[in-house]
Amino acid sequence: MGSESRGILQDSGRTRRRLTMTTETQAIDKSGHDHDHGHSPYLQHHFDTMEQQFNSGKLGMWLFLATEILLFGGLFVAYAIYRALHPEIFEYGHHFLDPVMGGTNTAVLILSSFTMAAAVRYAQEGKKTMLVACLVLTLGGACGFLVIKYFEYSHKMVHGVFPGKFYAPDDHILEEELMGAHGHGHEEGDGHHEEGHGHAAGDHEEAAHEEPAAAPMVVSQTPPAAEGEFVIEKSQIAEAGGGPEGLVGIVQQEPKMPKRPEKAHVFFGIYYLMTGLHGLHVVIGMCAIGWVLLKAMKGVFGPEYFTPVDLVGLYWHLVDLIWIFLFPLLYLID
Amino acid sequence: MATTTDIYPGRPYTEVEGNYLTHEKGILSWLTTVDHKRIGVMYLMCISTAFLFGGLFAMVIRWELFAPGATVPGLNADRYNQIFTLHGAIMVFLVIIPGIPAALGNFVLPMMLGAKDVAFPRLNLMSWYLWVVGALFAVISMVTSAADTGWTFYTPYSTTTQTAVIPMVVGAFILGFSSIFTGLNFIVTIHKMRPEGLTWFKLPLFLWSIYATAIIQVIATPVLGITLLLLIAERVMGVGIFDSTYGGDPVLFQHFFWFYSHPAVYIMILPAMGVISEMIPVFSRKHIFGYTAIAYSSVAIAMFSFIVWGHHMFTSMSPLSNMIFSAVTFSVSIPSAVKVFNWTATLYKGSIRLATPMCYALAFLFLFTIGGLTGLHLATLGTDIHLHDTYFVVAHFHYVMVGSTMIAFLGGLHYWWPKIFGKMYSETYGRLGCLTTFIGFNVTFLPQFVLGTRGMPRRYYDYLPEFQTLHAVSSIGAFIMGAGLFITLFCLLHSLKWGKPAADNPWGSAALEWQSTSPPHYHNFTKEPTVGDPYDYQDFKWDPKAEGYYKTAEGQGAA
Ligand code: HEM
Ligand SMILES: [Cu+2]
Repeated sequence: MGSESRGILQDSGRTRRRLTMTTETQAIDKSGHDHDHGHSPYLQHHFDTMEQQFNSGKLGMWLFLATEILLFGGLFVAYAIYRALHPEIFEYGHHFLDPVMGGTNTAVLILSSFTMAAAVRYAQEGKKTMLVACLVLTLGGACGFLVIKYFEYSHKMVHGVFPGKFYAPDDHILEEELMGAHGHGHEEGDGHHEEGHGHAAGDHEEAAHEEPAAAPMVVSQTPPAAEGEFVIEKSQIAEAGGGPEGLVGIVQQEPKMPKRPEKAHVFFGIYYLMTGLHGLHVVIGMCAIGWVLLKAMKGVFGPEYFTPVDLVGLYWHLVDLIWIFLFPLLYLID
Repeated sequence: MATTTDIYPGRPYTEVEGNYLTHEKGILSWLTTVDHKRIGVMYLMCISTAFLFGGLFAMVIRWELFAPGATVPGLNADRYNQIFTLHGAIMVFLVIIPGIPAALGNFVLPMMLGAKDVAFPRLNLMSWYLWVVGALFAVISMVTSAADTGWTFYTPYSTTTQTAVIPMVVGAFILGFSSIFTGLNFIVTIHKMRPEGLTWFKLPLFLWSIYATAIIQVIATPVLGITLLLLIAERVMGVGIFDSTYGGDPVLFQHFFWFYSHPAVYIMILPAMGVISEMIPVFSRKHIFGYTAIAYSSVAIAMFSFIVWGHHMFTSMSPLSNMIFSAVTFSVSIPSAVKVFNWTATLYKGSIRLATPMCYALAFLFLFTIGGLTGLHLATLGTDIHLHDTYFVVAHFHYVMVGSTMIAFLGGLHYWWPKIFGKMYSETYGRLGCLTTFIGFNVTFLPQFVLGTRGMPRRYYDYLPEFQTLHAVSSIGAFIMGAGLFITLFCLLHSLKWGKPAADNPWGSAALEWQSTSPPHYHNFTKEPTVGDPYDYQDFKWDPKAEGYYKTAEGQGAA
């Protein structure tokens, strides 16, 4: 009890043993010696012990991670709703993502999470060189991830695979991704081989002027039967708003090419938003790791004080974890 | 430590050197402070300024609605839409949501725990800066082409209107993060900074309600964040999630929005309930009735608040979901009623002292009951079809947001004012301000219930002549209320310069913050506070000379 080491005097001069307790006596309790001695230089004034400071930081970080999960949660909900209502856009869209690159990135992130975990351990043990090495490796992994992501993005953007209303893929990427390299899509039951070249009135402007190259391939008329079925079964959303016809199209150069579903652009919208927000978190994580690295090089961390490494580590694992969900949900649809 | 000089024998009044207001000087010492008390005061000033602007916009709205057709010179229908959007967005995001937790909570929460500060003082300062940046974005929207979507930013209009929706949305996004960090800070503080012996059930109820609020802030606000990001993405690149032009679903936006914004109405009301739970027992000189029930009902409200959002969309959901949401909405009113009954029971046979804060507390009881009960009309499917999007809804949420939260905020401000600034205000003007505001408020919003049931739709610039009388009454009420608020402002500002110095414990509260000096030392306590039952007033004696209470010696033996 704190009151044993220091009673609290009241106005009357009496000591209250049972209820009287202050933060300062608590400090004395835990450290067992007077509170002016033995303070770590890293103990902030409003905490009583390093333990209290560490626990507060940790709880704060966990809460912050909860908010991050909820932030992404909104996107996952949007994903789930669109996947349930329009599975075809996901089946179509994922052909444009490269599972090899995505897989490599997954491996890179998992490895970097591993080196981060090791860094925490070395910080606790006060092994400065190993700590610095591990942090540098983690940072390297993060960079590697972004570089690969850059190639993925640029490959798509060069060919007009942009999110939302800017979505205007050219023939080249359609051919390559749908017919070529990965070879899926051939067998995809389309049953929509009907030819139809009439442009529906009211082509959406952006779509129209941004994809001149694609124009011959875009068949704006969906077979009536298919469309009717589609509307009744799946598209509450089309009912609600009725998209511009310009975005409704079937991609068809050869009979075997899978058709481009209406709303294909939504897949890329979701893809860019999810991976973009995740990428932003990677960048933030890199800043945090860089900050910890600078401190580590100064030799700040040791068994007494390693909170920042621990907390940044937690954050980094979350960034990794989110990717582990994103990867199968976006790349491995089949 | 500062030297403490006793002026009165019973020690109700102490003078201390190095109080938090004066121990450092200069604007920079404020802008870089990590002291929770100073941050609380800075919030108070900024939020009051925002409240002033929001209030001026409200006056413009009421002036316009004084008569049918165009009334305010130069205000056309489009401008009117911008004005009510600014009014709503400012009041909700800049005033009511941060109001009690960030201004009053920041000040008293660590002190109620006997702590030196919140767990993360720098994060606390950052929250304040985020508030300021968020406010700047609202100003950017205001001075460019102010958003005209209403504070709810409903799609598809918000994705198509030409006004500056994006700055406003970015502002709300940033304010969301300010709110998240405040909540996170408070949760950790309550968990980790409690001294031994101060167990959960010895916490003042204000802390329970702030804790429940903080949970909602941390869990719900990120969803608002992502919703607003998606809205921006929709406007900028038409991703096709909310915008039907690109294949999206506008109702999905409403679900996302209300998944945050319904819990957010409890972010607004829970702290208010906490303030009331502090004031009613103190001014009844009676232990709070049903401590545990009030504490648990705060948590219950926080839980329930996450599953009722659908009641804002009864007109666009399936009958089954409507029935489910209606049923859970009814259940959320139970914990609210539990609190009202407990407060009333606390008053029963108490020796009530009608000091200004208590006047606000009683006003709250009255107004919250009306606000809550009219919520039940709206939760009933059949009546909501009729009342949805009418002035009935407007009146309902003003009774809970203004009549309850704003009134509780003002009450709390008067209650803690002596502690915050060390000055007593004039009770006469304080009560007069409260009474005028109360009357003005009712004159403004009671007629709106009637207007709503008669079919006056909300957010309209013009109306049928048959509504004119009630609209005019409502406008007159608004001006009375404005006058009441100005009396209050005058009363408080006047006290800063001419008010009598406040005693340490002018109301005789048993909570820890009153064991400090008024205003507190910058380390909060010069004498370590003693923990006891926060609602046990038995041993407090009034010292007429110092106009404050002190604790008698008998009391110290008894516990
Ligand atoms: C006590 C139980 C309550 C119930 C049963 C309730 C019920 C409802 C319902 C059903 C609606 C939707 C009306 C419609 O749009 O047709 C509504 C609207 C609203 N309520 Fe409540 N409410 C309660 C308490 C509160 C509290 C405490 C607050 C805020 C402090 C609040 C703030 C609002 C707001 C802001 C709106 C309308 C928002 C808008 O459409 O702009 N309510 N309430
Ligand atoms: Cu609601």
